[in-house]
Amino acid sequence: MITVENVHYSYGNNIEALKGISLTINDGDFIAIMGQNGAGKTTFIKHFNGLLKPSSGIVYVNNVATTKTSVAALARNVGFVFQNPDNQLFSETVEDEVAFALKNFGFDNDTIAQRVTWALDFLSLTQYRKISPFLLSGGERKRVALASVLAWDPDTLVLDEPTIGQDHEQKENLRQFVMQLQTKKKTVIMVTHDVEFVAECNPRVILMRDGKIIADGIAKDILTNSQLLEESSIVRPQIAQIFAKLSPLGLPANTIDIDEAKTMILTKAKESNRQ
Amino acid sequence: MSVFDGLKFRKSFSPIHNLDPRIKFVYVIAVFISALLFSQILPLIILFLIQLPFVFLARVQKQWFRSLRGAAFLAGFIFAINIFTNFFFNNWSLTAFDVENALGMTMRFVVLIVSFSVFFLTTSPDHLGLALEQSHMPYEFAFAFTTAVRFVPVLAEEAQTIMDAQKARGLELEKGNILKRIRNYIPILIPLIVSAIRRSLELAEAMESRAWGAVKKRTNLYLLKLHKGDYVLIGITTFLLITTIYVRLFLFTYIPLVSNFF
Repeated sequence: MITVENVHYSYGNNIEALKGISLTINDGDFIAIMGQNGAGKTTFIKHFNGLLKPSSGIVYVNNVATTKTSVAALARNVGFVFQNPDNQLFSETVEDEVAFALKNFGFDNDTIAQRVTWALDFLSLTQYRKISPFLLSGGERKRVALASVLAWDPDTLVLDEPTIGQDHEQKENLRQFVMQLQTKKKTVIMVTHDVEFVAECNPRVILMRDGKIIADGIAKDILTNSQLLEESSIVRPQIAQIFAKLSPLGLPANTIDIDEAKTMILTKAKESNRQ
Repeated sequence: MSVFDGLKFRKSFSPIHNLDPRIKFVYVIAVFISALLFSQILPLIILFLIQLPFVFLARVQKQWFRSLRGAAFLAGFIFAINIFTNFFFNNWSLTAFDVENALGMTMRFVVLIVSFSVFFLTTSPDHLGLALEQSHMPYEFAFAFTTAVRFVPVLAEEAQTIMDAQKARGLELEKGNILKRIRNYIPILIPLIVSAIRRSLELAEAMESRAWGAVKKRTNLYLLKLHKGDYVLIGITTFLLITTIYVRLFLFTYIPLVSNFF
């Protein structure tokens, strides 16, 4: 569980990036943090594994204040995947790259081998095991970065812009992968601009603006709230756009799920056929 | 990264900022040569003090002090090495003269750092490129040089992100003995180098697709011209060089050693 209490954060140049944030993230939550560029999203998530410590206020991870412990100790429970995989790849082979963190955390060799095999298999990277990560494509490098964090099986996974540079198939894989983590009761926190991806995943959405949280709720309410969307310059998902225009027919405007949408339209069509 | 902070240019106006970069560079080189001419601490302290009016006139004390603080580690290292080698080669004994010598070497390094820091703090990369070009250096070289200078802060920021990314994977930079600590930096350096190379390739492609180098003869909107302040600096530079060379050639043996007073 992560508890954030009235956190402020300023960078060295006296610009306040976070202006009083309070939040509770329960075990097993799936959260999407959205908002404009410069809203403070990345600054905020860097507090979860202690990379940044609040200027004032407290962040508790599993009831331990982040100021009282090290990044390495926090990272054991909170895995953080950076936006750009090139900021972390350095090993000669994909296998070594994935084993890097496991070695840092002091796992024994048998466990390391087992975890690496599992993580590579999970993200369909097994055929690249002995290849240099620098030879892989952008999307594959991103998956190696993800595997290298997933390998130590952290309770909480923080993903910064996971869908950038991924084709549709990879996004679908990513979605299924997150759902799988959900069944294992893992907490997943992702920062994203990808409205359609959020609509498909249907997580709890936290909307940030100008260093503050302006909304916190289920995706379907927030992604169809005109005022909030305009304030954060977010375009509503396509399904919601259609349903906003269909509201004169009596269809609910806060629809973002494709299956739900299909059922409602079919029901409506049957009703009007009967009349 | 504080050393980089001390080299980062920030746009502002002062008599020093307005000086011709070519003259400023000649002045820095003159200080450089002067610092190499002496190993005694007294003349080096004087050279250090000569820099101070420039720092205050340019109103860059804060950043300048930061570069000094950033260089403190290296300065300490130079001092330690000097003390140790003297200690080692003098059959494990140390005199006041040895200590002064080591201090002199350290001071020489500090003088070099502060003079270059003032130069980079007060000269914009654009001006620098202009200066190189108008000193008849081929444009390709001038451009490469200014780009390199411009990318230093970008790389410093990138290094910070990479450090964060590796720390998030349990890397502890401050752990282990000295050898282990050096090895700890491999996961930082490799991504940094790879991304620098990748960035330069991308930059080259982007420039070529915008017809870089299509026109052989380039003209400039701004031309560098010498003003009153520049002539004053030329005077100071000449005076500094003549004085130091004169002192070095004819008065060298008269330079007092502080250690003689003990």
